[in-house]
Amino acid sequence: MMDFFKNWLKRETSSATAKERLRLVLLSDHLSLAPDVVENLRRDLIAVISRYVEVDEAHCDVSFEQQDSAVAMLANIPILKMKTPPPGGGAPRTQASPPAAPPTGMDGAAPAMTVAEPAVTVPALIHAVETAAEAPVGAGLPAPKKRRRRRRPANPNPAGGAQPGFASPAVG
Amino acid sequence: MSARRIVVTSGKGGVGKTTTTANLGAALAQRGHRVVLVDADIGLRNLDLVLGVEKRIVFDLVEVVEGRCQLRQALIKDKRFPSLAMLPAAQTRDKGAVSELQMTEVIEELAETCDYILIDCPAGIEHGFRTAIAGAREAIVVTTPEVSAIRDADRVIGKLHERGLPLRLVVNRVRPEMVKSGDMMSVDDVCEILSADLLGIVPDDEEIIDTTNRGEPIVLDAVSRLGSVYEKIARRLEGEIVPFTQFDAPGFFGRLKTFWKAG
Amino acid sequence: MLQHDVSGAPADSVVMPGARGLAIVVTSGKGGVGKTTTTANVGAALALRGARVALVDADVGLRNLDIVMGLESRVRHHVLDVLEERVTLDDALVRDKRLENLSLLAAAQTRDKDDVDTKKMIALVEQLRDRFDYVLIDCPAGIETGFRNAIAGAQEAIVVCTPEMSAVRDADRVVGLLGSMRARLIINRLRPSLVRRGKMLSVDDVDAILRLPLLGVIADEPGVIVTTNRGEPIALDQTNRTGATYRAIAARLSGDESVPVEIPQEPTMLGRLGALFGGRA
Repeated sequence: MMDFFKNWLKRETSSATAKERLRLVLLSDHLSLAPDVVENLRRDLIAVISRYVEVDEAHCDVSFEQQDSAVAMLANIPILKMKTPPPGGGAPRTQASPPAAPPTGMDGAAPAMTVAEPAVTVPALIHAVETAAEAPVGAGLPAPKKRRRRRRPANPNPAGGAQPGFASPAVG
Repeated sequence: MSARRIVVTSGKGGVGKTTTTANLGAALAQRGHRVVLVDADIGLRNLDLVLGVEKRIVFDLVEVVEGRCQLRQALIKDKRFPSLAMLPAAQTRDKGAVSELQMTEVIEELAETCDYILIDCPAGIEHGFRTAIAGAREAIVVTTPEVSAIRDADRVIGKLHERGLPLRLVVNRVRPEMVKSGDMMSVDDVCEILSADLLGIVPDDEEIIDTTNRGEPIVLDAVSRLGSVYEKIARRLEGEIVPFTQFDAPGFFGRLKTFWKAG
Repeated sequence: MLQHDVSGAPADSVVMPGARGLAIVVTSGKGGVGKTTTTANVGAALALRGARVALVDADVGLRNLDIVMGLESRVRHHVLDVLEERVTLDDALVRDKRLENLSLLAAAQTRDKDDVDTKKMIALVEQLRDRFDYVLIDCPAGIETGFRNAIAGAQEAIVVCTPEMSAVRDADRVVGLLGSMRARLIINRLRPSLVRRGKMLSVDDVDAILRLPLLGVIADEPGVIVTTNRGEPIALDQTNRTGATYRAIAARLSGDESVPVEIPQEPTMLGRLGALFGGRA
């Protein structure tokens, strides 16, 4: 979409193009150079999602892919089944909605879902990755997308040199 | 007080590490400091050529490290700057000839008798690079406003961060008129992309080629615009706050003047 | 994501059974003289002539061929992924955006040059020679492991040199290390006015030291940086003098001896006036 506008309006300067290309490629480089950050992100992501559904953790895969105008996070999270409703009643939540704040003003009654561990939201995770990769998020650019892909057969363990936690290596 | 140990590196080759090392070293020496330049580019040495001392090399770094000569025997004193000396690299292909520990020891020995040590680093981020940064406590990263140079500088900065080395940027070969027309990234762009502090800006200048060919540091030429650039970088290195020279693109009449003058 | 099919050559190319491509390493010794730009542009120019071309970035850890070609956002795998058999060559080859008969094999960004197994590298180049008419290998600077692995599978070399003392000295070292491999010279970034004023080595000066057959001479052109900014090899620009030079080099490489090597001259008075007021030459 951005490319269409860029071509439609006066063509942007080559230095602006270069700057943007560098921003993306360096972000990509940093991500592939920080396997521990990516592994932590993968773990945290699985933890969040596991609050709502049961996942096949061994076959969870998180990678980063550079596209023409953004670096996107791709997550392949095979889902096994819904989690049973939480104790004390209340409907099990859908995947999309974030955990609600505990209800206030209710004396004595425990909230439907207790947040035992620190709340980690998906937008916060994405922000953490970007901060860790030390690249500013450009204004006007789409935020990195999180997509669910069709389940792929897990790749065999690569021989030597692959970053831990990856079923298939990303860029670099 | 012990010397400052500064490695001059870049990642990408050909962006001006050696020229920067030579000219900055000369500028510091001109300001009265005792300076030693160490050529750590084993195998493809070039600092000697840039300084014009290639015919005076007797011993080199490898021979020092192997104990075949004393350190002071290998140092070549510059004839133009009394307080400037250079330690040549070896011409051997084997970059493993000097270990990181040995390099550190040489730097420590040098540090006792001078104020500044500038280590000219080879291109790349491999063994030669690791050896060159072994004895350093700080770094100057040289880059140009060009995509490959910046990408490689970014890698090198990552490696320097891993070692905990503070660093500052010298942006070389800037063409102000191209920056103005949007054909070249600006110095601000470069610093922003690399998240690094700026030490100096050096404009693209054909004088550099000539002086490199003749083996004469550009600070020798008192009226040279570039000579004052390196003098300013030296002052910033000393800790002085020096405003950056405004290299404005020449105006219409300025261009005409250059046109006729160059003919 | 671009899905590419490397199974067939363009329909109108001549596929001679048993004919194998030529692997050429582009080297220099000194860094920053224009190896990567040369590899990208000579490759693009050869592809423009209809040849099937593979560009291989052998600069492990500091890859740049992808960004010079403008293909950095399409790289998913790299040479080491292929050598260590995590992916197939097909998976790793990136088809160029503009020319379907031009492909890129990127270097690994996060690995070390020592990680490359020389024997496997040679086998990979052999595999590429089966599918491409030309395999251009972009060599890293220096003369050690990276250099040795880059020249390992090559039949010929192109030595890139600028008319400066340190570049010529380093190129001379490299020529010595190439041994009996056929080598030809490209002189890059010549500035004719500096040569005339005696402030830069001339083509003859360089020739006298290196004594290699001359493949081409490229004048210094500030505008090249615009093309790397955009990731568009200048050889594809039909209006540009430097692009024409690369295309002439490709013609000579293809065996067309009738294309002469032009030594760039200083622009004429009229030409310089035009450049002054018209912007770029």
